[in-house]
Amino acid sequence: MTVLDLAVQTLHAELRESYLETITFRDQITAVIAPESILPAARLLKTSKNLDFNLLAALTAVDYWPENPRFSIVYQFYSMANKAMLGIRVPLPAEKPELDSIDSIYPNANGHEREVFDMFGITFSGSRDLRRILMPWDWEGHPLRKDYPLGEEEIQFSFNFDEINLRKHYARD
Amino acid sequence: MFEPKMEITLDELRHLISDRAYEGETMVLNMGPQHPSTHGVLRLILELDGEVVVSCIPDIGFLHTGIEKNMESKTFEQALVMTDRMDYLNNLGNNLCYCLAVEKLVDLDVPPRAQVIRVILAELQRIASHLVFLGTHGLDLGAQSIFLYCFREREVILDLFEMCSGARMMTSYIRPGGVWRDIPAGFEEAVRSFMQELPRRLDQYDALLTKNPLYLQRTRGISAITVDDAISIGLTGPLLRAAGMAFDLRKELPYSGYDAYDFDVPVGTSGDVYDRYLVRMEEMRQSLRIIDQALKKIPSGPFRSSNRKFVPPPRSELGRSMEAVIHHFKLWTEGYPAPKGSVFSVVESPRGELGCFLEGDGGPRPYRVHFRTPSFAAIQALPVMAPGHLVADLVGIISSLDPILGDVDR
Repeated sequence: MTVLDLAVQTLHAELRESYLETITFRDQITAVIAPESILPAARLLKTSKNLDFNLLAALTAVDYWPENPRFSIVYQFYSMANKAMLGIRVPLPAEKPELDSIDSIYPNANGHEREVFDMFGITFSGSRDLRRILMPWDWEGHPLRKDYPLGEEEIQFSFNFDEINLRKHYARD
Repeated sequence: MFEPKMEITLDELRHLISDRAYEGETMVLNMGPQHPSTHGVLRLILELDGEVVVSCIPDIGFLHTGIEKNMESKTFEQALVMTDRMDYLNNLGNNLCYCLAVEKLVDLDVPPRAQVIRVILAELQRIASHLVFLGTHGLDLGAQSIFLYCFREREVILDLFEMCSGARMMTSYIRPGGVWRDIPAGFEEAVRSFMQELPRRLDQYDALLTKNPLYLQRTRGISAITVDDAISIGLTGPLLRAAGMAFDLRKELPYSGYDAYDFDVPVGTSGDVYDRYLVRMEEMRQSLRIIDQALKKIPSGPFRSSNRKFVPPPRSELGRSMEAVIHHFKLWTEGYPAPKGSVFSVVESPRGELGCFLEGDGGPRPYRVHFRTPSFAAIQALPVMAPGHLVADLVGIISSLDPILGDVDR
């Protein structure tokens, strides 16, 4: 039994009904778990001697707008001892997407969580520092959401300069 | 007219700075974004007690270009050119990471010749990137001459890239299923002659810095870090290896046939700035070993997959085969569909673990692309690594992290 199978089994036994399903795609294993169980799952992966997933390799989100549950947070945990990468997926609803922060277990999660917060508007409760990270601090909207337009600057000619100027986005306070 | 509010008050950073900043005992100072030693547009908010850094708050995003958002509106093949522009010292490595993800997602084969070409180019890119590190690192610490020497050598590598891809930096040479075209005649000889020259040059750089007492004083014991701390703040690559852990994704999760090459993973002991320098110097020599083995075993055969559902047919087939014309038309107008599902691919970039999360939705465009970049992790580690050191040493710490701001912000 590989360490990934063991991890899936352990998570299933530990989380019981909040373990939703296992996705196997192109020899990559991803466990889907309910939002409220992310903290116990992360703690289990990090502290269990047999699993020992000591590196949070990546943390990002996917927006499935207009479906519901709208978001998925995707974690990639890497175990240096076992040379194995495990994915964890957490579906989140469209209204008030909120998830427990795991930066107390994996300190490097903070930067990634800030990026997800900035780009998707998903809040991480209990985070030690949740501010925008890439966009300006007074930016409106969350660019990587699917309902956020790709956007371009409207070209202002002299005849419509004032008209466009009124609706143009500046960094306002 | 509205008055833009330019400053953030201290209250918004309350949880990140000490109370002494409020009493005026320590000073909060801005470093960057226009500062020559920050290697781009990195802004640091420093809390200083005299000249000693008490806390360091990185502020990034000045080079944010929305690459991940832009890639969602392009086909898989078109989106490739954007990866060049992320980490602009590791263009081919970015191409490789993205192509591995696409190949995994659509289940595309890569012929052996292309694998070897990829390895040669990725290792040349690693040397080029480390040379820039070495030059700018020396420059930051006041060793001016090494900068010019390193850029002279890097120029030769960029010429090699130009030989095979037509572009010095934004190559887009590695494509899903192989490489764009075969390496030109004379490329192997050019690489060999460069390889003959480089070891001698590296010895010269060694002589300039490795035992230089000024350099030793500026780097030894600065920003030392333990393996556990380094892992917990997400450091990988040379930074983690300098701390003493032989973690190299080329050995851990081999891709592009790296398991068939014989090379060592250099490891430091204390994780300080000096060890990071030593590790990178040794990595350049190991890269030369890999290139040497790759040149010896480069097989003949196709340089790109012949799966016509994903790879456009060569020009010569278009005049003869109707099917080739159809494939050509379909691939360049519509692209190829990828199945529903997500993959995560990792490569060892010169800066550490470069990961690509790619999700397909059944259509010809990536539904979501995310790059886990090593520079981002390195910058997020600054609040842990900088405190307790002098401002002058902070410059050395930043350059030893070797952050590329295009890689941080994407």
